[in-house]
Amino acid sequence: MAKGRFGKYGGQYVPEIVMPVLTELEAAYEKYRNDPDFLAELKSYYMEYAGRPTLLYYAERLTKHYGRAKIFLKREDLLHTGAHKINNALGQVLLAKRMGKKRIIAETGAGQHGVATATVAALFGMECKVFMGAVDIERQKLNVFKMKLLGTEVVPVTTGTSTLKDATSEAIRYWAAHIEDTHYIIGSAVGPHPYPTMVRDFQSVIGSEIRQQLLKETNGRLDYLIACVGGGSNAIGTFYEFRNDANVRKIGVEAAGRGPAVGDNAQTLSNPASRPGVLHGAYSYLAQDDDGQVIEVYSISAGLDYPGVGPEHAMFHDEGTVKYVGINDQEALDAFQLLSREEGIIPAVESSHALAYLEKLMPQTTSDEVVVVTLSGRGDKDVQQVAKALGEEL
Amino acid sequence: MSRLQDKFKELAAQNKKGLVIYLTAGMPDIQGTIDAVKMAEKSGADIIELGIPFSDPMADGPIIQAASYQAIQRGMTLPKVLDLVREIRKFTQVPILGMGYINNMLNYGFEKLTVDAREAGIDGFIIPDVPHEESGEMKQLCKKQGLHLVEFVTPGTTENRIKETCTTADGFIYCVSVNGVTGVRKIDYTPINNVIENVKKQTDTPCAVGFGIGTPQAAQEAAAKSDAVIVGSAVVKLIMENRMEEAAGLISDIRQALDEKVK
Repeated sequence: MAKGRFGKYGGQYVPEIVMPVLTELEAAYEKYRNDPDFLAELKSYYMEYAGRPTLLYYAERLTKHYGRAKIFLKREDLLHTGAHKINNALGQVLLAKRMGKKRIIAETGAGQHGVATATVAALFGMECKVFMGAVDIERQKLNVFKMKLLGTEVVPVTTGTSTLKDATSEAIRYWAAHIEDTHYIIGSAVGPHPYPTMVRDFQSVIGSEIRQQLLKETNGRLDYLIACVGGGSNAIGTFYEFRNDANVRKIGVEAAGRGPAVGDNAQTLSNPASRPGVLHGAYSYLAQDDDGQVIEVYSISAGLDYPGVGPEHAMFHDEGTVKYVGINDQEALDAFQLLSREEGIIPAVESSHALAYLEKLMPQTTSDEVVVVTLSGRGDKDVQQVAKALGEEL
Repeated sequence: MSRLQDKFKELAAQNKKGLVIYLTAGMPDIQGTIDAVKMAEKSGADIIELGIPFSDPMADGPIIQAASYQAIQRGMTLPKVLDLVREIRKFTQVPILGMGYINNMLNYGFEKLTVDAREAGIDGFIIPDVPHEESGEMKQLCKKQGLHLVEFVTPGTTENRIKETCTTADGFIYCVSVNGVTGVRKIDYTPINNVIENVKKQTDTPCAVGFGIGTPQAAQEAAAKSDAVIVGSAVVKLIMENRMEEAAGLISDIRQALDEKVK
């Protein structure tokens, strides 16, 4: 029977060549996921290296701006390397080390996951290759240089559309040819089992900390939880802890890009036109054309620009556990500027999508309610692109 | 008995090794694929593996990736592949297996696909991103229409998985020669030969070795323990470059090498 299902979603749709290594990974993860030594080591890297726990910051001026519910920001942007990606990269590299792997590979779109992976590879003295679409390499030169600086080889991918989905396929192909000594760190809660579960577990520290921190801040009260969704790793990490809390309304924000037309957005769950399919090893919602070819999606945010979504989100969508909505480029740009101005925090353009939903949500809230937005990353990497979008010459 | 089973029976009776030729449907265009099937059969192919182009072919190397991408750009779709097979069936009864990725098939509707594929004249499917674990329901649906769903073994397939695969395998077992993706390269066939010896103890289902085979010599080596060899990228590359005569030459040379080996 098929393993790793979230309702009907998930599974292991991979070539037979990859099956032995997935089975090996699954066994290793089962062995270590509750192992006290493993968890203690992970926790110490979270605390001593990455900077956990991250702050749950009361955004007083933003709260005043809307004049309704209290707004808190979960500050994943304060982590080392500037985003939540390091939570997963650390967890997986520790696992790879225990499995005796010598080499780490990863795919990256905007380069954030690539930088996080290159960082942990440097930290543990492992060889690292990051697969990146040639188009993305051109768009994200700064992150490409950072990876090189960290000792990682960036491998340009020129097949298909030369973007994230092609880089992911190429990483899987490389893995298939080097299974003995290589671990593949997938950057989001996607891919074949056990990745969606494993990535979710490593990211669920976000939600667990939110629950703890709210005890002190609001006596535990929480009404709305908001996170942005590309592949969905920061969102699943935020929501998972609260999945059974029916009184907490969970909202996943996808990129509505420049419009509803096919290829103009990156909405897989909040787009009525998208339907389930298989990409990169998992059955989940997928942006595809009438013939079942995966389409190139668009968002101003390179981190949300992925045609698939994690299978657990697909289940949460069908069940109604999480509501998925779309925020377009302009709304995200407005939120990017608003948070910078009101709070002195420059958010990642990905996280700006989550923040932008406040415009729609806040008028419906009351002053005794509590909203938490996960600020998945910081916006330094986006400043140049945002300046361009706003018509500023740098 | 299916066309595929008849073919393997005929090959065994003649003490011959089978030659499976992979062609990407829609390359260089629809008429070109029809011509390529005629050419391949005339040059000594026993079975045609017809590639259904997918945007993200995870198990394929650069040549077949490029062929798939171009075929999609030129308008190839799964319904058009079925039409293509209907055309091919007007002139040959060569066994044809549709090789494609599961997303196109789920999008079409897998049950509907098995019905339409049978009617069009397809004999079975090879779906590289459906491993044994995920194949149960599809296997049933294929069986209902008398279609084969080919299963895979690789040098790394564990003892237990080989056993499971052998109990459900039908048509033939696709023996992947090496860890990696499709594409011509030098390969040591010892590991997959060991797996084939193991398979042979457990089932009569024929074994076909594929991945990396692009020369007559490689085909001879790959055929040592198996019943057939699969040649893809080497032929597709020539077809993409409109070198049809050279493709025919390569297939005949491989055919000859396989026949010599057995004599």
